[in-house]
Amino acid sequence: MIALVSVLAVALVVVGGIALWGRRPPRRRPFRRDARRILVPFEGRLDPSVLDAAIRIAQAEDAVLVPAYLLIVPLAYAEDSPLKDQVSVALPLLEAVEHAALRVGVPVDARIEKGRTLTHALKRLWQAERFDRIVAPAPVNGGGGFTEKQLAWLLTNAPAETLVLKPMPHAA
Amino acid sequence: MRGRYRILLGMAAGVGKTYRMLQEGRQAQEEGRDVVIGYLEPHDRPETAALAVGLETVPRLRAQHGELELDEMDLDAVIRRAPELALVDELAHTNAPGMRNEKRYQDIDEILDAGIDVISTVNVQHLESLNDAIAELTEVRVRETFPDNVLEHADEVVLVDVTPEALRDRLRAGKVYAPERAEVALQNFFQVEKLSALRELALREVAEDVGQRRQAAVLDPLSQQAVSERVLALVEPQPKSQRIMRRAWRSAERLGGQLDAIWVRKPGHVLTEEERVSLAALRRLAVVLGAHFLEEEGDDLVQTVRRVAYERGTTYIFVGTPDESRRREVLKGSLLSALVRQLPGLDIRVVANRADRPEALT
Repeated sequence: MIALVSVLAVALVVVGGIALWGRRPPRRRPFRRDARRILVPFEGRLDPSVLDAAIRIAQAEDAVLVPAYLLIVPLAYAEDSPLKDQVSVALPLLEAVEHAALRVGVPVDARIEKGRTLTHALKRLWQAERFDRIVAPAPVNGGGGFTEKQLAWLLTNAPAETLVLKPMPHAA
Repeated sequence: MRGRYRILLGMAAGVGKTYRMLQEGRQAQEEGRDVVIGYLEPHDRPETAALAVGLETVPRLRAQHGELELDEMDLDAVIRRAPELALVDELAHTNAPGMRNEKRYQDIDEILDAGIDVISTVNVQHLESLNDAIAELTEVRVRETFPDNVLEHADEVVLVDVTPEALRDRLRAGKVYAPERAEVALQNFFQVEKLSALRELALREVAEDVGQRRQAAVLDPLSQQAVSERVLALVEPQPKSQRIMRRAWRSAERLGGQLDAIWVRKPGHVLTEEERVSLAALRRLAVVLGAHFLEEEGDDLVQTVRRVAYERGTTYIFVGTPDESRRREVLKGSLLSALVRQLPGLDIRVVANRADRPEALT
């Protein structure tokens, strides 16, 4: 009887140990299949206040944030040319955006998209995948953000709910 | 044996391409080679015409086009004459209707096929891939274009270069066009800014050509494997793979190496909609980064990676944090250990999932 209890106790410890041992490290907010996707397109720079707002929206909606760096392919190059210089600028920015979102537990699925113009790149992006909301930065203090003309185009052509965010002028 | 092809490339008319072609022809003749002029556009430039004296010219072919009588290169006569070297000006020229070939570069191709060496000339604005850019820069749409692979297939591309200021001086001195035409040209196409932009394009074209040739000719595949780094990123159609590929690219850039990305697809695996989108996004990223995206089918990830790594001369592998549990690790073995064991001599780097960082978990 004692032997049986001992065997059972050892077995319990082993099974428990394996179960605990096999546990995956905790993961924060994995990607949900049906999660809403919020696109934040930008080029050159992304105003921190726009990023904060986009992250807050994603957090509130339990959505995936899709920061997309838009690259312009100069006419001198073929459309499928690698753009190493521009990519060197884009990558650290995307890393910073990813870091800011992940710090507050918002899942990120970053993109780099290219086109002959910003609107061309945007069109390519939403032709390839679904977005539930687009957060577009407006220009401020002459730097960053979409121009008035591009915003007008965006509001006319975007296939999803579009939010134009204008940062506080003094904050930019 | 096919003849050797040398192209003299310039930024605009008047830089001295035809002059240089004739100089090279004369020099070859002095060295005892049999040289003929297949076609010459003297452009009423006396210095150029003078340099042609003493070189045999194959008579031109007169083509009737409506009311017009056009002079064209007599392709058959050049091939029949069978010199060692033929000088053929303006390779982007469009032949008169009814000629065997539509464009002169096609005529040149036949001459080369006949085993005759050719020296030819062209301006950068005729290059097909630059047509839009040139139109934007100069506000002139060039109609006579030639495909980029003509330059690629040439044995040598030589830049005939002068500064924009020197070219404008030549124009003012009447060495390029007659005075009345020169004045109009100076105000339009031959403005310093436009010439500078064209010069930059021509310089870049030749620099890229030299770079490609050096890679292709000096480094044969074996020696290239020996001297350069080649990074292989293991990706899956999942959002986290974007970061793996970006990190791998940055390392490849620092190492001065090439980047390959591979997804090993299980046989019969059917992509979900999310995977399809992620895979397409990875492919697009690969294009922007100048990476090669490989999709291989295989039951055994490690064995497939091993085969591809050795085929492509990989020196460095980037892999994401495996999703496997410790239990699976014990029972089936860890992916990372398997990679280390199966790929001796290769550096392996694990790209962390940012979402797992302690500050992201709190």
